[in-house]
Amino acid sequence: MITTTNKEEVPIIKEQDVVPLRNRVRDYGVKVGMSILNQTKLITATSELVRNLLKYGGGGRVIVEQVSNGRDNGVRVTFIDNGPGIKDIELAMKDGYSTGKSLGLGLPGTKRLVNEFNIQTEVGKGTTVMIIKWKNG
Amino acid sequence: MERIPILKMGDFLLVTIQVDLYDQLAENLESDLINTINKYSSKGVLIDISAVSIIDSFMGRILGNIAVMSKIMDAQTVVVGMQPAVAITLVELGLSLNGVISALNVEKGMDLLRAKMYNGDNEEQIYDNDNE
Repeated sequence: MITTTNKEEVPIIKEQDVVPLRNRVRDYGVKVGMSILNQTKLITATSELVRNLLKYGGGGRVIVEQVSNGRDNGVRVTFIDNGPGIKDIELAMKDGYSTGKSLGLGLPGTKRLVNEFNIQTEVGKGTTVMIIKWKNG
Repeated sequence: MERIPILKMGDFLLVTIQVDLYDQLAENLESDLINTINKYSSKGVLIDISAVSIIDSFMGRILGNIAVMSKIMDAQTVVVGMQPAVAITLVELGLSLNGVISALNVEKGMDLLRAKMYNGDNEEQIYDNDNE
């Protein structure tokens, strides 16, 4: 059972919104007492996913939460867009696959950086990606 | 538009990234650097990233691009001062930054650039001499 103690929503419309969001996520990481390494992993994962949100989803909103599962504290970040969705999610999670011009490290690489990773997508409706990084994860 | 300053120091260019990068800023730096190499016929580029707390796949790719592009323009690129957490994160992300030469700090980076510039292909010879 995961409980939320602190929560805020950040709208992401343009590229310049990315830096303040990264800083907000870092603040949350600091608040739960995350190491520099785990903070860096969390922020890098956030940076990857927010790029997808802007590039493929046409912008959206990001929810940052301080969460606890009873044993550990952590930060949950949820990326919500109303874009075209992802057709083949298994393919998108493969290393090296990209429809754009990128390296295709975004989704699989991001998954390696966090402790929990959940992606829900519906073609024509949008994509929601949820990640959690635990303080000691 | 926000830009990262590029300083000319003799044959070298010095870039100290003091702000957190976003995609457009990184892309501007890439084109500015290549243009500046062309303008001054620079032989080396030193990029200090000690103040950069995050490099994701896009910015990592830009760093790789800069190294490859400058090499085509006959200039060497050395990236210095990467924070340990950034290095660990980059590798876990799956980005190995192949082709990017790095050094621990600005001083060592400068030594490396000078050695590359003045010794060129003689590196092996120097190594041989050391063994004697």
